[in-house]
Amino acid sequence: MTSDIAAILAIDGIATGAVYALVAIGTVLIFTVTRVIFIPFGDIAAFTALTLAALDAKRFPGTGTLVLVLACLATLVEIISLLRTNEPRLVPRALLLYLALPCAIVGAAWIVTRMDPPLAVRLVLALMLITPIAPLLDRIVFRPIADGTVLLLLTVSVALHFALVGLGLLFFGPEGVRTEPLTSLSTEIAGILISGQTMLIVIAALVFSGLLYLFFDFTLVGKSLRATAVNRTGSRLMGIRPARAGTIAYLLGSLMAGVSGILIAPVNTVFYDSGFLIGLKAFVGAIVGGLTSYPGAAIGAVGVGILESFASFESSALKDVIVFSLLIPILIWRSLSSLHSEEEIEE
Amino acid sequence: MTRLHVQLAAMVAMLCLAAAPFLLPPFTITLMNYIGVYSLVAIGLALLTGVGGIVSFGQAAFVGIAAYATAWVSALNGQSPWVGLLLALTLTCSIATLLGLATLRLQGHFLSLSTVAWGLAIGFLFGNVEGLGRFNGIASIPPISFGSYALVSSAQVYFLIWGIVAAVLWIGYNLLDSRLGRAMRALRGGNTLVESLGISAFRIKLLIFVIAAFLAALSGWLYAHMSRFISPGPFDAGMGIEYLMMSMVGGAGSLLGGVVGAAIVTLLKNSVQDYLPLIAKGASGQLEIVAFSALFILFLQWARQGIVPFVGRYLPKLRRDRPQPAPALPRRAQPAPGELLLKVDGAERRFGGLVAVNNVSFDVRSGEILAVIGPNGAGKSTMFNCLTGALRVNKGDIVFAGRSITREAQSRIAKAGIARTFQHVKLRPRMSLLENVMLGTYARTRTGLLASALRLNRREEASAQFEALRQLERVGLGDKPFDIAGNLPLGNQRILEIARALAADPALLVLDEPAAGLRRQEKLRLAELLRSLRNDHLTILIVEHDMEFVMSLVDRIVVLDFGSKLCEGDPAAIRNDERVQEAYLGGVA
Repeated sequence: MTSDIAAILAIDGIATGAVYALVAIGTVLIFTVTRVIFIPFGDIAAFTALTLAALDAKRFPGTGTLVLVLACLATLVEIISLLRTNEPRLVPRALLLYLALPCAIVGAAWIVTRMDPPLAVRLVLALMLITPIAPLLDRIVFRPIADGTVLLLLTVSVALHFALVGLGLLFFGPEGVRTEPLTSLSTEIAGILISGQTMLIVIAALVFSGLLYLFFDFTLVGKSLRATAVNRTGSRLMGIRPARAGTIAYLLGSLMAGVSGILIAPVNTVFYDSGFLIGLKAFVGAIVGGLTSYPGAAIGAVGVGILESFASFESSALKDVIVFSLLIPILIWRSLSSLHSEEEIEE
Repeated sequence: MTRLHVQLAAMVAMLCLAAAPFLLPPFTITLMNYIGVYSLVAIGLALLTGVGGIVSFGQAAFVGIAAYATAWVSALNGQSPWVGLLLALTLTCSIATLLGLATLRLQGHFLSLSTVAWGLAIGFLFGNVEGLGRFNGIASIPPISFGSYALVSSAQVYFLIWGIVAAVLWIGYNLLDSRLGRAMRALRGGNTLVESLGISAFRIKLLIFVIAAFLAALSGWLYAHMSRFISPGPFDAGMGIEYLMMSMVGGAGSLLGGVVGAAIVTLLKNSVQDYLPLIAKGASGQLEIVAFSALFILFLQWARQGIVPFVGRYLPKLRRDRPQPAPALPRRAQPAPGELLLKVDGAERRFGGLVAVNNVSFDVRSGEILAVIGPNGAGKSTMFNCLTGALRVNKGDIVFAGRSITREAQSRIAKAGIARTFQHVKLRPRMSLLENVMLGTYARTRTGLLASALRLNRREEASAQFEALRQLERVGLGDKPFDIAGNLPLGNQRILEIARALAADPALLVLDEPAAGLRRQEKLRLAELLRSLRNDHLTILIVEHDMEFVMSLVDRIVVLDFGSKLCEGDPAAIRNDERVQEAYLGGVA
């Protein structure tokens, strides 16, 4: 391998890694606030790419239907739980939040789609359609078992991923998509051609992680999220609702995943089931940060991207084997370096 | 319900199963074959996940390793399937051992994530390794044959499959009802509990992990020779979660639940395939996995316990006989009264900049009750953890019965003769009083895996049962040995922990705040029990908060304050010591 090839591989890896980093940060966000290891984040990213592709092709994406179905389910679950806890006065609010709001978003998207919008609007539309999915899933799937063990939540999360893959096939079909590059510019640094898309990916990753940092450190909502992550009971005593913090975390997380989906769509062909590998690789990165540190997750994800890039040069068939095998030493290292308290397993 | 009833029910079930091929159509028998093959994996998961608390998403990979191994041997190299079985089992178990050695020290969800990792990595390998047919798989795998009699039709292989399932169930239940099985069932109580009983938690985890892999390998071997064709599909991550689902639906922790879960999931999947096209034409393939995952999520939300434990609640309780007198278990040589038993010499333990225990020295002599007391934050619990091996001292030496235990693992310290109780009671709430106390006898019994599995351990079990009953009677809990430990009031749970510690035949009993949270009557009973134990020449070390409880009970007191030893002496001297009064009351006016 010459140094030129190495440099190209490294740049490629950094770009892929930056995409993973966005998803990884979302994963850490959700895990710290809700203790859910949200495996389906990769699916959210893939669905965003598929949504954007459908919009580009002037079709109304299946995401709309998906959001409507989930909104109905979530409303049903919420109303039943309100009636069970004898709080019928909150039903109108539930209808507004869980039914009217997602419907309004889908409706608006449907109208705008008919007007043949420019690329920037399509990007916004794709993100708007994708962000309600994770919070709705949270309401339907995770909130009823919010007090369960991390393991129970993980098991449910894995099952949820499989459900989403099935839905993805149903709503988007088996064809892979590759969207138009967002920019055709390119630049040459030290004799190596770097495409504008690559630059865009890295810049977007930096900007979004920066924004997240500002959000956490300088807004009250961000601080309440951090408080929930540290201690649910304690923050509840301070008047923070963990369920609301969870919803915000899911919204933010899916926004990050959505952005990563948009960024990866012009580089890789995305299928309805591509999300699993994106999510898992991001997750490997997140584990490097112990599932708690944002910079750690970002660095880990970039590392995974670079490793994957070099591994696929050596043996494209075995690159996934290499990446996932690597998770085991990382886990061992994490587990040795963090002395966490022993938790008795629920019976 | 007695044991006889259970045996009769098992016989009837076996007869029904044996009659099935003569009564049911071949299609149903094929379906039942798949159920049998899957239930082997699910039984392994019931042990691993339900009993041991290790959630594994990767069992499908073990099934795949075995299936590919035997396919390679028989279809590609023309050897007998029996050679394939040998290779499948050794290869799978070796890989499982290596993976287990690497990952089983991980905790909680980190461990489960590692199973996702190797499950995926191995799953990807099947489709990508040269010489294993890549994504086309391996075809024309020969059937299993006994001499010249080949098991070709589904009815023929049926008997082999269900024979193995029945044998595995029998062996599995035997194993759970042995000393190793009790150790496995204790794993969910946390490492500290398991180690405090003289059990190496890691070794038990490794054992259970390899057993689960072994069962997965058996399943993979049967699968390959039953379907006569393999491809990477049935061994991917999706199948891994399906196996987990089977064992959870049936009731994680219940071996029979593995079979029931495999049956339900397989039949459900089959009927989903039948009925979904009627509901949504053309989209059935996609909806199948959605419907399936949704059902699983609903199940986890509403019925985490699973079916078999649910049904079991409505069955009459198994009636058991009181353990009969049996030969005593071997006892350790007890130190002579007054002999130096434990010597703590200049112990120091730091947490970062904080010195929790600072240059503390004291002795415990055989036959006395010594209390270590001190105000909050004095370092009592840290001292206690250093003594029992839960923490290591940074400096100093701890010598027990003439041997340094400063660097020993918890389980080895327990084996050496220090038995402990816990400030926050650690019992196995679902196990009976008798079984909880029998956990204490682990280090005094010897039966290995094979003897446990084949039920050759009855004599030693009888001795262990009788010993447990004797200790229950000694502490005054002997009237209902088969009650569930979780139903006892806190005071009696503490006393049950003492009985468990006594069953280990300790030379030194260390109690961590035994009076905490007890009512006055319970404290009096506890004090009385401890006095009677001293009369039996047992040495007791108490770490305690409750002055009144300590003063009337113990022979000597060591007072800690801010990590250092303040003073040492008999209760009267301690009561009058000005430094102690100052530490507790903040100065004497």
